[in-house]
Amino acid sequence: MLKSLQLEPEKCTGCLQCEMACSYENEGVFNPAKSRIKVFNFHDEGRFAPYTCTQCTEAWCLHACPVEAIVINESTGAKEVIEDVCVGCKVCTIACPFGTVNYNTDSGKVMKCDLCGGAPACADACPTAAITYVDSSYTGLDRMKSHAAQTIPKT
Amino acid sequence: MRHVIIGTGPAGVTAAETLKKLDPESVVTMIGDEPEPPYSRMAIPYLLIDQIVESGTYLRKNSEHYKELGISRVEGLVDSINQEKSEVNLNGGATVGYDRLLIASGSTPVTPPIDGVKHPLVSSCWTLEDARRISEVAKPNTDVVLMGAGFIGCIILEALAKSGANLTVIEMEDRMVPRMMNDTAGNLIKDWCESRGVSVNTSTRVESITEAGRGLSVSLSNGKNIPADLVVSATGVKPNIGFLDSTDIKTDLGILVNRQMQTTDPHIFAAGDVAQGKDFSSEEFSVQAIQPTAVEHGQLAAKNMFGLKNAVHQGSVNMNVLDTLGLISSSFGLWMGVENGESCELLNKERFRYINLQFCEDVLIGATSLGLTEHVGVLRGLIQTKTKLGVWKDRLIEDPTKIMEAYLGSTHAIGHNANIMK
Amino acid sequence: MAWQKRILRVNLNDQSCTEEPLNMEWAQKFLGQRGLATKYLSEEIDPKVDALSPGNKLIMATGPLTGTMASTGGRYSVITKSPLTGAIACSNSGGFIGAELKQAGWDMIIFEGKSDKPVYLYLEDDVASLCDAAELWGKSVWATDEMLHAKYQDPLIRIACVGRSAEEGCLYASIVNDRHRAAGRSGVGTVMASKNLKAVVVRGTKGVGNVRDPKAFFKATSEGKKTLSDNAVTGEGLPAMGTQVLMNVINEVGAMPTRNMREVQFEGAAKISAEAMAEPRESDGKPNLVTNAACFGCTIACGRISTIDPQHYSIENKPEYIGASGGLEYESAWALGSNVGVDDLDALTYANFLCNEDGMDPISFGATVSAAMELFGMGAITLEDTGGVDMSFGSAEALTISAELVAKGEGFGRELAMGSKKLCEKYGHPEISMTVKGQEFPAYDPRSIQGMGLGYATSNRGACHLRGYTVSSEIMGVPVKTDPLVTEGKPELVKSFQDATAAVDSTGLCTFTTFAWTLEDIAPQVDAACEGGWTAESMLEAGERIWNLERQFNLDAGLTSKDDTLPARLLKDAAKTGPAKGSVNRLDEMLPQYYSLRGWSAEGVPNSETMKRLGL
Repeated sequence: MLKSLQLEPEKCTGCLQCEMACSYENEGVFNPAKSRIKVFNFHDEGRFAPYTCTQCTEAWCLHACPVEAIVINESTGAKEVIEDVCVGCKVCTIACPFGTVNYNTDSGKVMKCDLCGGAPACADACPTAAITYVDSSYTGLDRMKSHAAQTIPKT
Repeated sequence: MRHVIIGTGPAGVTAAETLKKLDPESVVTMIGDEPEPPYSRMAIPYLLIDQIVESGTYLRKNSEHYKELGISRVEGLVDSINQEKSEVNLNGGATVGYDRLLIASGSTPVTPPIDGVKHPLVSSCWTLEDARRISEVAKPNTDVVLMGAGFIGCIILEALAKSGANLTVIEMEDRMVPRMMNDTAGNLIKDWCESRGVSVNTSTRVESITEAGRGLSVSLSNGKNIPADLVVSATGVKPNIGFLDSTDIKTDLGILVNRQMQTTDPHIFAAGDVAQGKDFSSEEFSVQAIQPTAVEHGQLAAKNMFGLKNAVHQGSVNMNVLDTLGLISSSFGLWMGVENGESCELLNKERFRYINLQFCEDVLIGATSLGLTEHVGVLRGLIQTKTKLGVWKDRLIEDPTKIMEAYLGSTHAIGHNANIMK
Repeated sequence: MAWQKRILRVNLNDQSCTEEPLNMEWAQKFLGQRGLATKYLSEEIDPKVDALSPGNKLIMATGPLTGTMASTGGRYSVITKSPLTGAIACSNSGGFIGAELKQAGWDMIIFEGKSDKPVYLYLEDDVASLCDAAELWGKSVWATDEMLHAKYQDPLIRIACVGRSAEEGCLYASIVNDRHRAAGRSGVGTVMASKNLKAVVVRGTKGVGNVRDPKAFFKATSEGKKTLSDNAVTGEGLPAMGTQVLMNVINEVGAMPTRNMREVQFEGAAKISAEAMAEPRESDGKPNLVTNAACFGCTIACGRISTIDPQHYSIENKPEYIGASGGLEYESAWALGSNVGVDDLDALTYANFLCNEDGMDPISFGATVSAAMELFGMGAITLEDTGGVDMSFGSAEALTISAELVAKGEGFGRELAMGSKKLCEKYGHPEISMTVKGQEFPAYDPRSIQGMGLGYATSNRGACHLRGYTVSSEIMGVPVKTDPLVTEGKPELVKSFQDATAAVDSTGLCTFTTFAWTLEDIAPQVDAACEGGWTAESMLEAGERIWNLERQFNLDAGLTSKDDTLPARLLKDAAKTGPAKGSVNRLDEMLPQYYSLRGWSAEGVPNSETMKRLGL
């Protein structure tokens, strides 16, 4: 059974533990600037929203890549960047309509959520269960997914 | 069913793969005129700076990829199409028969009408062959002149600058990337390049190129003559449609297609740089010549060649991303705005940061950014979903950097912390 | 290890920014943040220097755990000499800028000298530059924050800055970061403004790496987080109610200073409590509290985000105050509420917004207003002095107008900006200033909590609850329950709380963790991150070392044991109601023993053996 990240912004306090966990897992340092998951702060409304790649079925980033540097991990369903193959052309960063593929100016490559190979560090670190890793069939995902599905007319 | 595809770029390869997925029994043949496995022109700049080897440019990395999928490849240059016989004629006399044909023959650099432009030391930078030739010459302390600072010119600009050569850029228009960026952004990119040692001459034409000593002398419309060991020409590309002259397939700037990517011949389809496909923003049919559009075209054409119903093109968003000596820029959709639209922008010249958003009512229709690397794709998302921004439009006008917040705020229900608000 | 080992030194005289290595020998003795910066300050300035002269320095310091995944690891402190007290100032703040500074690759910034024109520091990883702040000068914290964000087009820059109150010389001006977090006390903002330094803008993308033993670090911090979430205070009370969880509790035990500390219980406490903040209001059916919010890395999330009733008089025709912003904490609710006798929750929230917007310490501000109200009631201050404002206790209008005036440095606000001590001296009644060493009291009446009296009297930065929060033990029973009305055992309790807190304040962690954590929980996290073999014992010793270093600074600055006292009101006028009725603070029963426990002379001077034992 495939699993997905479930994000529940109403539980988020904006502590950024997820960003630190993500950056440590992927870059070996506590560095929110290099996190694949980001918490957005709606200051005037007192709201926070963690957001990252939904591993959408359309896989805009993967199809846009000119050198096959983004591939599907069959065991997790994640779209993963193969760093060695990525040339850093950034086409995927403009192709992803969710804004969840970012260019890392230090490495010259792009980065995106890869579900940590099936054990997402962000979900593990979240103190309020605003980020959980659940069966993809779980109904709570519908709200998140429904947006992703309706977004862009299929080509 | 015999599917034949002319062209082995992203549109052709994507179409071939899609066809095999939809109809594993079909015979799929790709015809290409270059000896290498299908590769990406987007990757050529990275090859020029030795960041990757040639195989790093290949569209598919597994050398047996096409064989494993049962896609056959024929090397050859297409001479003409015989619609009556449903055959493609290759130079040298060979023919390939089809039931459905996809023309994804891409484009070729235009040769500007300039004296001396045919000199061997004047090269385009379009094919792997071109890249090899340029790498040979562009070395430290050589003089290289780049004609054209459009999208393609800018993509190779970095590689040329990194080669250590003294680089001079000549652009006819009054700014860099004039078809992708407005005045502010185009000139900011110019300032950036000049601050990094590249001489950029805008509103300047190359009048002629003549042999001088061991190299060339390039005379400019501003009266100057500059020496060059190599001139790289990047003054634009044109669709490869010459072989259609003997057919009744209608063309304009590119091949005319309907929303099924079908040409005026119902058995023949077109995709990629060669096709005049639907533009999402203008709703007109135009040539976009960009990678993501080529892939979209390829997928869509394949579905229609297979006979899927309802595979109708909604239009591709024109978008580009550039890295000019480390300054990253992007533009989307109607970045130049529309009449009666609204816009907002934020500029910091010292930091080379710029963002410009264009709205029609409360929908984002275009955007330009400089120095933005975080969440930039959401601009495409907002444009293509025609998200009604509601209150977020005014918030974006106040602070255009809040693009992710606008997307999340106008598409996701984000509650307050329910945990503490029992 | 978790130090970045780099200091940024910003000389405002010649506008230079230079890098220097962190003194690692000192880091081994003083850890970081409060301790280490105090060491630098002690070494680099004459303690007798005028706090507002160019000779004073201002240090922004992180701890070794700042910017790591340790829960609450986002703190930073501002260390300087205080213009309010003349003693050492160390003000601790959460939010995000501390972690950002660390992630930019720095442990601390030392500002020295004075710029000849307003400037701000822009620090992006390794690149530091002083920029012209002419446009920002005269602007509030919020306006400054907005202008800088627009300028840099980067939602992720973090900003700490001073507001108009600091520019106008308010002696309790704070340095506000992330719009509503503050290095609040002792006038650190006043010092910053005196240097013509408007703001510090930080963007850090380098990260914090190289924790000494990552595996042990993850184990220790994960266990720490679990302990916090399992604890009733840090796992339930603080997230749900914030520090305001205390309002009704402290009022019930009769330790709620009311109307300039003349009373110990406030009849309106329930109306300004956490419970009241969660209650839907009539006008729009929404509660004051919008959500809780965390500082960087904090798994407790005690922060409040609130809105003001859109129909409240205070924000009539002021749409800019309609959105959500930093809400009331217990200290501010007390200072702006019971201590001035006001029970209008929206007036308190508005005044609190203004304290954030223009960088005033709400404790000192509220306490100064309460002193003014008492002076007004006595007739020592007249309507003429106040510009026509009726400064009676209980007047919400007096509170909100006062906040507006101090924020902008206008009218009677200029008097209120002096702080309670100078205000009361000026109007001839120094005895009604509720201060220690010139700094106003926080929200725990020492007549009802004996240990807090000793803590206030001996606190190195004047009256303060955060130098040794014995409320934990005396009221809440953490880590052990002691009787708040007895003095026996309190010198030991106060000393150990003071030392432990000094250590925690030097790590980068938040002192609120100590509702659930002891040094036994913290030391493994520090040890896994830092070299030096840190144990609970060595941390406690470092804390004691830091305490004595601060003490020595104050003695060198000219303070004496005479300053280790409380206002006569708290020593002579008994509590009138509640469980402590009839009680005064019996400081004299505790102070001599405290000195002796500390290894200080009867004059409160550390013995040479003590200094030697602590390596000072």
